[in-house]
Amino acid sequence: MTVTKHTLVALVEDKPGVLNRVASLFRRRAFNIESLAVGGSEHPGLSRMTIVAIGDAAQVEQVRKQLEKLINVVKVSDITEGDMVTRELALIKVKATASTRSEIMQIVSIFRASIVDVAPGSVTVEVTGDENKVNSLLGLLRDFGIKEVSRTGRIALTRGGRS
Amino acid sequence: MKKTGAQILCESLIKERVEVIFGILGGCVLPIYDTFPQYPKLRHILVRHEQGAAHAADGYARATHKAGVCIATSGPGATNLVTGIACAYMDSAPMVAITGQVARPVIGKDAFQETDITGITIPITKHNYLVTDVAELAGTVKEAFHIAQTGRPGPVLIDIPRDVQQEQTEFIYPDKLDLPGYKVISRGHPAQIKKAAALINEAEQPVVLAGRGIVVSQAYDEFKEFVEKAQLPVTHTMLGLSCFPGDHILDLGMMGMHGTGCANMAVQNADLLIAVGMRFDDRATANTREFAPNARVIHIDIDPAEIGKNVPVDIPVVGDIKSVLTALNEEIGKKEHVGWLSQIEQWRSEYPSQNIRQSDELLPQYVIRQIYEATQGDALIVTGVGQNQMFAARYFTFTKPDRFISAGGLGPMGFELPAAMGAKIGRPEEVVWCVAGDGGFQMTIQELATITQENIAVKIAVMNNGYLGMVRQWQELFYGRRYVDTKLWNPDFVKIAEAYQIPGIRVKRREEVIPAINKAMECPGAFLIDFFVEPEENIFPIVPPGECLTRFFEPSRTGAWEEKSGISITEF
Repeated sequence: MTVTKHTLVALVEDKPGVLNRVASLFRRRAFNIESLAVGGSEHPGLSRMTIVAIGDAAQVEQVRKQLEKLINVVKVSDITEGDMVTRELALIKVKATASTRSEIMQIVSIFRASIVDVAPGSVTVEVTGDENKVNSLLGLLRDFGIKEVSRTGRIALTRGGRS
Repeated sequence: MKKTGAQILCESLIKERVEVIFGILGGCVLPIYDTFPQYPKLRHILVRHEQGAAHAADGYARATHKAGVCIATSGPGATNLVTGIACAYMDSAPMVAITGQVARPVIGKDAFQETDITGITIPITKHNYLVTDVAELAGTVKEAFHIAQTGRPGPVLIDIPRDVQQEQTEFIYPDKLDLPGYKVISRGHPAQIKKAAALINEAEQPVVLAGRGIVVSQAYDEFKEFVEKAQLPVTHTMLGLSCFPGDHILDLGMMGMHGTGCANMAVQNADLLIAVGMRFDDRATANTREFAPNARVIHIDIDPAEIGKNVPVDIPVVGDIKSVLTALNEEIGKKEHVGWLSQIEQWRSEYPSQNIRQSDELLPQYVIRQIYEATQGDALIVTGVGQNQMFAARYFTFTKPDRFISAGGLGPMGFELPAAMGAKIGRPEEVVWCVAGDGGFQMTIQELATITQENIAVKIAVMNNGYLGMVRQWQELFYGRRYVDTKLWNPDFVKIAEAYQIPGIRVKRREEVIPAINKAMECPGAFLIDFFVEPEENIFPIVPPGECLTRFFEPSRTGAWEEKSGISITEF
């Protein structure tokens, strides 16, 4: 079986300790999480988690079913196979001098990213997109010297009217 | 009228028809204990160690099919419950564990006897709660019992800070549950049941793997009808013993590492396995890569996460065993399987695993067989972990349903005595035999005091071989007979029992066995027999770790086994 990245979307009750229960389950069953993002959903009292897990189809199905067993988890779907929209937000603090600043701004503009902070020795770039886009931008900015990076991890929804 | 958290807890327990609580008190549960006298319907059994409370609640739960309740104080009280909770979780026994917690203002300050017990028990409970508002207590108790006792049962822990126990509010026991994330699939999908029936109807060499799910679902009649209608040979996981008569012509005994030769041969040669309420534990399947290579697999279980977890499955049926079997019995046709059953009979005579070897020594198998004879199978057998457990599983013939309680998944030594205590309290009319090993017995031996204080009439058979027997057997077979730290110096168990005011007798010879068992049965209260059994007796067959089921070793096979398998048993 081939090992690939899977995007799991979970609707969970907004109660203390839920994140711990989910994370504990991954650790306990020896499943790898690449990223986990959590925030409010359209339902009051419920949060939506997007988990990127690495494994073969059977392993990921097993983790999905184990997650479903958690009392505070209302629903879990593996949306990898279907059509989905995925986004990630990254903040990147790049070294910048008077001579490099304009080149950085050009790259940022090509990526439809934006500069959200400027300091004497650096600029901070905000970018949203899928992981490939964020990775490409990071690759280009690396030459200027990256001071700090903060990424949210993937969030995802299925495309179309189905919820 | 307002009630305190402690009173609300007691009222809620009574609403859940709790009759018995096993526990020990301490600082952070004092408000709860202080209210017990107001609720005489709740019988509290004072144990001598919290592990005993949890195992006793587990034994009670398995004997009665309703949640066992245990209670302990914060910190060490709570952590001492952990082994018992983990055991109940592995074996799907319903339990509600109540722990005291330090008062809310000092949570997180490393207060005296503070432990994050909800954090600790996340992976070993079906769910757990820290109650931070007394208004949520009644609803939490209701949820806890519902979760513990429905679907695949399991333990639920409720951690209650001391000041929440003292806080007051109106007692309102909710009628409804709000558990949007908790789903139990009880009826099997009709299309899956039809597919399963079709496979069963066309199978030529079917074998049923009977697990604890049948016992949990109390589906004995449905299971018997199922098996007899289609003439399906039955093997059991250890916890699936006592769900079908062990003396039935279709019963092949236990499968797995210490399963009968006949059962293991049948499983490996089957063209269809019908797994009923079992989870393909490694002790049952041995090496899964070589497991039943020609068989298609039907897996019936209430827990969807068990499907495909350890072994690939062709036809899953998720649902309650009783309901699924009832539906399945409508769909399957009568079959005979003459050729297959005669092949199985041939294996049965080729590998007579149930025979006890000729010996003048006192053999543990012989002792178990005599307990069976004396009780005619009408006794509840509660075992420890290790050789004593395997001898009990293999040599007691479970002719009646629901007569076997043993810690299968976790395997905690010391389970036997407190679990037997709980089982006897749950089924007071039943004869309860506690089959203990001399090692495990000493892990919870202090519960003899509870037995005397509460007048619990369990019969204790200590299989005293002076070793940690199962480990010694592995050292003998797989570690060149190097007995590192398995030899035990033991106290005189009869004198120990006497000190606890429990009559006892030591048995060293075969001819003393039957009179001693009779004496124990005639004694109205608890009784201990210290059986000095053959120290180096082994439980056979054994499938060496990592091997497949057909490569079981038993003395009668020595030469042939080594030749066939190419493995020398001492080489491991």
